[in-house]
Amino acid sequence: MEFAHFLTAIIFLPLIGALLMLLAPTDRAVRLFALIVTIATFLLSLPLWFGFDVAAGAELQFSVVDFPLISETLDVRYLVGVDGFSLLLVLLTTFLGPIVVLCSWSYIKESSKGYYTLLLILQTGMTGVFCAFDVLLFYIFFELTLIPMYFLIGIWGGERRIYAAIKFVIYTMVGSLLMLVAILYLGYAAGNAVNGGVFTTNYFKLLSFDVPLGMQSWLFVLFAFAFAIKVPVFPFHTWLPDAHVQAPTGGSVILAGVLLKMGTYGLVRFCLPFFPSASASHTVLIGILAVIGIVYGALVSRAQSDAKKLVAYSSVSHLGFVVLGIFAVTLESIQGAMIQMINHGISTGALFLIVGMLYERRHTRLMADYGGIAKSVPVLTFFMVLTALASAGLPGLNGFVGEFLILVGAFSSDAPGMQVLTVIATLGVILAAVYLLWMLSRMFFGPLTSESNRKMPDLNVRELVILAPMALLMILLGLMPQPFLKVSEPAAARLLEVIEQKRAYAEIDDPQLQRRLELMERMPPSSTTPSADESLPQP
Amino acid sequence: MSTDLIVQLIILLPLAGAAFLGLIPLFARGIRAYKGFLGAVGVLMVAIPFGLTAFLFAQGVDSVYVATLYTWLGAGDFSVSIAYRVDELSIIMTLVVTGVGALIHVYAVGYMAEDRSFWKFFAYLNLFIFMMLNLVLADNLLVMFLGWEGVGLCSYLLIGFWYEERKNSAAASKAFIVNRVGDFAFLLAMFILVKQLGSLDFDSVLTGAEAMSEGTIATVVLLLFVGATGKSAQIPLFIWLPDAMAGPTPVSALIHAATMVTSGLYLLARLSSLVLMAPGVMTLIAVIGAVTALVAATIALTQRDIKRVLAYSTVSQLGFMFMAAGVGAFFVAVFHVVTHAFFKACLFLGSGSVIHGMHHVEHDLRHKGYEGPFDAQDMHYMGGLKKYLPVTRWTYLIATLAIAGIPLSAGFFSKDEILFKAFEYGYDGNPYAWFVWGVGIVTALLTAFYMTRSYMLTFEGKARWPMQDQLHPHESPRTMTWPLMILAGLSVVGGFIGLPKVAKEIGLSNWIHDYLVGHEGHLGPVAEPEIHAHVSVMVEIGLILLGAGIAVVGVIWAWRFFARYELGGDQVIQNRFGALYRWWQSSYYWDRFYDRTLVRPVIGGAEKAFAPFDQHIVDGLVNAAGRVAMVFGWLFGRLQTGVVQNYALAIVFGTVLIIALILL
Repeated sequence: MEFAHFLTAIIFLPLIGALLMLLAPTDRAVRLFALIVTIATFLLSLPLWFGFDVAAGAELQFSVVDFPLISETLDVRYLVGVDGFSLLLVLLTTFLGPIVVLCSWSYIKESSKGYYTLLLILQTGMTGVFCAFDVLLFYIFFELTLIPMYFLIGIWGGERRIYAAIKFVIYTMVGSLLMLVAILYLGYAAGNAVNGGVFTTNYFKLLSFDVPLGMQSWLFVLFAFAFAIKVPVFPFHTWLPDAHVQAPTGGSVILAGVLLKMGTYGLVRFCLPFFPSASASHTVLIGILAVIGIVYGALVSRAQSDAKKLVAYSSVSHLGFVVLGIFAVTLESIQGAMIQMINHGISTGALFLIVGMLYERRHTRLMADYGGIAKSVPVLTFFMVLTALASAGLPGLNGFVGEFLILVGAFSSDAPGMQVLTVIATLGVILAAVYLLWMLSRMFFGPLTSESNRKMPDLNVRELVILAPMALLMILLGLMPQPFLKVSEPAAARLLEVIEQKRAYAEIDDPQLQRRLELMERMPPSSTTPSADESLPQP
Repeated sequence: MSTDLIVQLIILLPLAGAAFLGLIPLFARGIRAYKGFLGAVGVLMVAIPFGLTAFLFAQGVDSVYVATLYTWLGAGDFSVSIAYRVDELSIIMTLVVTGVGALIHVYAVGYMAEDRSFWKFFAYLNLFIFMMLNLVLADNLLVMFLGWEGVGLCSYLLIGFWYEERKNSAAASKAFIVNRVGDFAFLLAMFILVKQLGSLDFDSVLTGAEAMSEGTIATVVLLLFVGATGKSAQIPLFIWLPDAMAGPTPVSALIHAATMVTSGLYLLARLSSLVLMAPGVMTLIAVIGAVTALVAATIALTQRDIKRVLAYSTVSQLGFMFMAAGVGAFFVAVFHVVTHAFFKACLFLGSGSVIHGMHHVEHDLRHKGYEGPFDAQDMHYMGGLKKYLPVTRWTYLIATLAIAGIPLSAGFFSKDEILFKAFEYGYDGNPYAWFVWGVGIVTALLTAFYMTRSYMLTFEGKARWPMQDQLHPHESPRTMTWPLMILAGLSVVGGFIGLPKVAKEIGLSNWIHDYLVGHEGHLGPVAEPEIHAHVSVMVEIGLILLGAGIAVVGVIWAWRFFARYELGGDQVIQNRFGALYRWWQSSYYWDRFYDRTLVRPVIGGAEKAFAPFDQHIVDGLVNAAGRVAMVFGWLFGRLQTGVVQNYALAIVFGTVLIIALILL
């Protein structure tokens, strides 16, 4: 791309839109304007897909506007770009933008100017998170998403919105403040080690810094804790059902579709490559938590009577797969985790959209209030069944691809206990069918008893426009995921290289190994050890 | 036409049909009324692939042909393609799926004519055929799994087709979930294969198997077999199939008799050379098959619902097929898959024709103000139907004789071959095969008996529905009777593709053996074990006579018994067997057992333990932490008195404390 500010435009167009929108005269004008801005942003982001050089997917592309963020004396810069890990997440964010606006179209009746403004600000934050290649910049965007979401839940939410909003913010904030401490510490340490004593949060400089083993484990814990809350990993998940149930539909879609992915993205982007040895030593613990999340989330999901809560808990289960895939650290499992992030965004997003559509019709989320509505809303039912099956991981639809690659990869992993964990995780495949079919059976099938259910109108054109692209993506990603998988493969391969190399160096730090190495040195060298600088990615 | 194009058409036409029939009428409601057109599209999208497959079949298979469409998914060196495999085994299965499938589509045009959701039914049926073709034509385990779960989905959609009845949608969910238990094992088997071999292609799996340890092979085969017990309704996962009868009868014929439920056998046959490397698991397969066959046959004897008799009969016949697989006679298992597809589809469609007639009786009854008990599927309200449904009666009778194994019918050849193979395998030094053979003989007798019972109670004797002197059912329309006649014809002659070994004496060979296993240097896709001790011709003839005799005795015995007692026959049997009979009648309490040991603990645990635990303990701790933080906040807030002296004092204390800590 010739245009150096291209990515910046994608990130900040929604924010500029939000500011301009303050001039909009009526509510109708506001939502129309929001729709135009999000569609424009989506269209603007399409060249990312078509112009992305897949073969160089491990490198930063569409970068780089690089100017100091705070002062010249600190190496904290505005550094954005996309690589294979971030491309699809950026596209998912811009794709969901117009959908979220459309699903709020008639749902948001009060102070819509505020609502859409916040929505657009939120989008800037989310896009920025996936594009930032300066850790402090990442942190700023990461926190930027928190405030709009707080108001979206707190103002336009359900009955217990204040409680849910405060819980969401404080819980996430606790994690991210701890991460900030870790970022600052890391910045100084790396600055001293690789940046001539200048504090740096440049991603690639931090990457080239071999964090000493003692430091790794607690820095890892601080980072991982922040992301684990965001994902959320069991047992840090309880803010999620509250937030989801109280949030307006648009908020839930963003939450499930994108915000949770910031956690898993952070694990892949920072935790694994910065602290490879520490993540190796925590693999069993996190693997166990992930698997608990899969089974436990599914079981608790089955016990819900509120449809939205059921979907919320299903996220806990689904993201357990992603976390398992990330920490299994094989090419298949990380690739599976990446595509599963996208898939979850689409299918769980669609589940929330449909539950929201039903709520708009009947003003209840209790499954018991429905029953037999397949007869009154056949088109909505069609999309719901399709989405539920995608979410349950039916082969041919999107959910299966990620789950399968994650499980296959995790099973082949050398990490201790992974086989057992994979077998238990695979149980989630059965359980997903249990709770999703239960929901379908209770809400959509059976006799149509209630009069208000009988009179429910089927999808209107706006709702069709929302769901049709989601459904198409479910099928496309299910049957032809390879073009999407290819995007992140080089980045995943590079990540594995980095991890392997760093772990190898870490072992040299180990005094016991030191002696063995000395013994080896007396023998003729079979191959030269590659130096870290050669193979690590440069900015 | 190139083979590639033919394969693509075979696979994609049913998918196109499903998309057209499912999506267009969903939005364009006007088109729903053109049932003739919609039905014709549905039928053609299966009939054309049948024609194309027949062309491939006629062309003959020189070598395995693999049509690769594109790379489905992968990472690094591991990749899976959407690829289809044309060889003798997949051609036979495709012929059955599309051939019997097309007939059942035709039948359904008549059977479903009055249904509001006619269009949806055919969309689902076409989708099913597409998925089934993926299953049988797949070149690797993952594409097969796509079909495997896909047919499960269609089964779910079609069992719950009349979703307004709670019981139907419950049966649908049950079928899907029980199948998923099997699929869980299937997935684990694939994980092991990927870890060991890095590939799921059939060629790589079969040739690479030797590199795996004996224990690994046994584990893989065992897991695949568990998967097969789900799809093919064997102990311990057979419980979903009887409930699946909630679906419209053409579905029962197509999915739950002729095609989908035989997938497990197809899987074992496809991987036969791998299965042969796990003799321990083969023993298990044979024994499970034998026990399932016997258990299901005893249950079938006690059922009143005509479709449930056929459902248990299907479970039992599938048991026979697993017996064959378990004694290494995979080609015989496939042979029985074929013949069973003919006669069981005929029986199910026949029962559908009966139910179709009885529904009209029911309709008239209600019209006349009758409010007493009636069930269109309960044989207790049938009887004497031969007068009103002549075509249905004759075809049902022919198919009954075929499943009973009356000499020269299709079932005679395939069932006898199974029993013979079991006997031979036992003779060859595998004692468990004797047990399997013995159970098989008893079950064969039972089969002849309970199937004749169903025929007698339905078609012979006196009419037993209310107002039988005024109301009569009518024979079904020709779209329904023609498929019946064709299937009945196939039930008569279908067995000649697999003549017994003794036929060699008069210069005739076993065609299906030579086709699948290979002959004269041409190696087919299905493996068979080496048999060292062959049974003599005289013994074989003796066994054939025994099999024939059992069938004839069973049929005549049941015929005379039920001609004499009619409905009272059940009571006589019940009196003779007492508690045992109640056990059979209640399907050995399998469902109740699972309900108490699995379903209720899991669901109840989720509702009564996990959900409260999450709310009160996990979330409770979070909120408690929040509260603690608030208390501290309040305390520290109090500390901020605003008086500088207090702060100074605190600083001094703090400094002293820190110095003390450092010094100590």
